[in-house]
Amino acid sequence: MSLAFKNLRGKPVRTAVLVILTVLLALTVFAGTLTVSSLRSGLGSLENRLGAEVMVVPYEATTKKSFENILLQGSTGYFYMDKSVYDKISKTEGIGRISEQFYLASTSSGCCSIPVQIIGIDPETDFTVQPWIKKSFDKPLGDCDIVVGNDLNAFVGDTLQFYGTDCRVAAKLEKTGTSFDTTVFTNESTIRKMIRASIDKGLNNFKDIDPEQVVSCVMIDPAEGYTADDVVNDINLHIKKVRAVRTKEMISGVSDSLSGVSRIVGILIFAVWVLGGVILLLAFTMSVNERRKEFAVLRVIGASRGRLARTVMAEALTVGVTGSLIGIGLGLLIMLPFANAVEGLLSMPYLLPDIWSIAAIACAAAAAAIVTGAAAAAVSAYRISRLDTGVILRGDN
Amino acid sequence: MLLKGEGIAREFIRVSGGSNRFTAVQDTDIELHGGQLTVLSGRSGSGKTTLLNMLSGLLPPTRGRVLLDGEDIYSLNDAKLSRLRNRKLGVVPQGQTAIHSLTVRENILLPCTLYGNADAADEEYAASLMERLDIAALASVRPAELSGGELRRMAIARAMIRHPEVIFADEPTGDLDDENTAVVFEFLRSAAGDGAAVLVVSHEAAAADYADRRLTMTKGEIAEM
Repeated sequence: MSLAFKNLRGKPVRTAVLVILTVLLALTVFAGTLTVSSLRSGLGSLENRLGAEVMVVPYEATTKKSFENILLQGSTGYFYMDKSVYDKISKTEGIGRISEQFYLASTSSGCCSIPVQIIGIDPETDFTVQPWIKKSFDKPLGDCDIVVGNDLNAFVGDTLQFYGTDCRVAAKLEKTGTSFDTTVFTNESTIRKMIRASIDKGLNNFKDIDPEQVVSCVMIDPAEGYTADDVVNDINLHIKKVRAVRTKEMISGVSDSLSGVSRIVGILIFAVWVLGGVILLLAFTMSVNERRKEFAVLRVIGASRGRLARTVMAEALTVGVTGSLIGIGLGLLIMLPFANAVEGLLSMPYLLPDIWSIAAIACAAAAAAIVTGAAAAAVSAYRISRLDTGVILRGDN
Repeated sequence: MLLKGEGIAREFIRVSGGSNRFTAVQDTDIELHGGQLTVLSGRSGSGKTTLLNMLSGLLPPTRGRVLLDGEDIYSLNDAKLSRLRNRKLGVVPQGQTAIHSLTVRENILLPCTLYGNADAADEEYAASLMERLDIAALASVRPAELSGGELRRMAIARAMIRHPEVIFADEPTGDLDDENTAVVFEFLRSAAGDGAAVLVVSHEAAAADYADRRLTMTKGEIAEM
């Protein structure tokens, strides 16, 4: 057993304090970086999942923010506009791909198994949802087939009821870190049936609509040679009672919030890092100072200056590695099981990165904590290597 | 074996950055021969410990050379000088010099474990040293639980563990009663008998009974008694 390890074992309180400081350092850097990284993954995932460059919704849906709340905040809701809008938009110049979507919120009353957001798509024209649900369900959605988000407590083969319609769970999606994790997707004819039933049961605020004659949202990709701005401006200028929005513009609020959170987390990490570094520096300095005579004795029995420095550094590295492993372990225990709670707390898209990215963040956080401890100890190691043995032995007697 | 100090002197500066220099040891010639126990006495502040530290490779002299079998030990780099101290020189410093995180046995074996592992012969020798110095029962005890005398005997055993060619002991019996003082001097005497050169700094009158040679220091100057 090395002298460094024996020194650490021989002073359990001092060692525990140093390890706890390193744990806090590694935990903060790891958890903070993982949070920011997850928010970035969530935003990227949201951008991918929205899948269209332009969305057209009823004007009221944008003023009441219900549209953004459904897609960004995970709220449930619905709104409708006349189907003729879809036809008008189709004829607008610069439209490349176009598809319609239908929204409905289920309720917690007896007619529905669970209260969720339901989105209906047209399997013939859809280019936004089907490409990414393909991984989980590589067939067109049939009548009464549903694909459920990852956070919903339903599994393939289950039957869920929405407004009296029994639906079979055909697939469960991978985690996206967005509101789509609590969404149910179905085809156009099934959701029209549900909308009709919700009106009949008096559970829909739009009592006078004909489900066959409405859509909720039109998704558009501009044709080649046209930009999203061209399409948005043209639609907003010529088609009344609707609002065309660029998806990038819609998520810019989320992006701004993400920047704010990233900045706060970054400042927190920096503050803890600096504070931890200073405290470790003081702790190592005090620890080495109180053992000056012991180091002088090591010189007496033949330890070189380099050996003294290496002993101090070995202590720092042992503390650093131990503290980092515990800190990262704690970080994993907190961040992985409670990812959904963190997502709910931040009210922002939140998607844990893949295992390799998490491993890379863990390694970087561990390295940061170990290097900080080693740098703090290096000052003491240098000073102790300059020790004047004769003077210390005389002075302490 | 011959350890020789040639014109060694040591100056210190009392006030940092000032010019208030004082000379702790005047230009001194001294020889320590194998098989000889030399006792160095003198008043406090006369330069005894400074001389011992210079001879034992712990404090470079301001002037002069320290030769071990003809080799200037201060011409060696720190790593080589440290190895030489570890292999050939045994030092019992003043005061309590235990490593508190180690047991008595680990403290004694520390010179062996510093650059490797203690082998069976080292373990056996440590056991015999502890037996002779009457601290065998304390092998697994940590220094915090020892008396001053026990700590001093542990330091002596530690200095002896590598069978050094030169042994330096600075007030080795300062904390000991008469009986233990006799044990320590007999011990050092037998080390000299085994061929080591022994230099003991001591105020003890009893030290004279074990000495082959007696030196005294006054204001940094050494003289035969």
